[in-house]
Amino acid sequence: MFSRVIAHSARALKPAEALRICISPSTRLFHASQQCPVPVPRLPETGGKVRYGIIPEEFFQYLYPITGVTGPYVLGLGLMTMLLSKEYYIINSETMSAIGTLGFIVYGVKKYGHKVADFVDATNDKIIADFTEAKESRITHLQNHIDAEKEEQWRVDGKKFIFSAKKNNVAMILESNIRERQLMVFNEVKRRLDYHVELEKLKRRLEQEHLIKWVESNVVKTITPQQEKESISMCIMQLKSLAQRSRATV
Amino acid sequence: MANKSVLAEQRLLDVKLGDLPQWFAKANYSPKGVLGAFQRGYQRYFNKYINVRRGGLPGISMILTAYVVASYYFVYDNTKHDMWRKHH
Repeated sequence: MFSRVIAHSARALKPAEALRICISPSTRLFHASQQCPVPVPRLPETGGKVRYGIIPEEFFQYLYPITGVTGPYVLGLGLMTMLLSKEYYIINSETMSAIGTLGFIVYGVKKYGHKVADFVDATNDKIIADFTEAKESRITHLQNHIDAEKEEQWRVDGKKFIFSAKKNNVAMILESNIRERQLMVFNEVKRRLDYHVELEKLKRRLEQEHLIKWVESNVVKTITPQQEKESISMCIMQLKSLAQRSRATV
Repeated sequence: MANKSVLAEQRLLDVKLGDLPQWFAKANYSPKGVLGAFQRGYQRYFNKYINVRRGGLPGISMILTAYVVASYYFVYDNTKHDMWRKHH
């Protein structure tokens, strides 16, 4: 691209100056023109119009303003008359074979042209449909792949949620474990403390009972038989006095 | 008078009668130019009558007619012995 610009400018200058210009290293691009995503235009539906199979319609349109509709036919008639009369076109055996061949061709085209055209159109449409279907199936196939890929990406995003859920699960299990063990510790400690409490209670009770028994036994021991008689006689006397008193009141 | 630079690229049918010598002078007669002219004509004819979705008989019948007429011209010297009259 640049070399062409330099060649243009080299031509404009005088030859002496042009020799001094050196060809710069032109970068060769892979694509010569802009890549445009415009789709290729469709082929036209039908070709140019042709009358009688050999004369293009443009000829008739060209003569229409000058001679009207019959102009080209008069021209053709005059031309044929001239050719025949001056014998530029010579009638011989080949003329007869030409007439037969042309008649055969015209008859064949008129009778079977339609069927051939339909058959060819059907074949063309089938080819185009095959290619279109291949293209469409490929597009849907790739689209499915794209959707699957997107779904996989979405799944990867979901990993964070799974991770946090699992972390919550683990935390809950740990906490329940801790609570269990705390309860166990509490129960064990309570058991041990209860044991000591019971021990103390037992000790105190035994001490009390022992003391009472010991005091009682000592007291009973100190009561001599003399004191016993005296106390019994004192009791009898008191009882007598009480009886007298009660008899008196009654 | 049409612009000289545009004249060379015009088609022959579009050239006015007065400019015809100029057109012949300006035309490219190098092998590449001649080949280019043939290619252009070929492309024009094919794109108009054959490279269509529903081309038909006129596409090739015109070529065959031209072939028939040209071949008649080349064998006229042999055919003229079959003349019916000598003086026309």
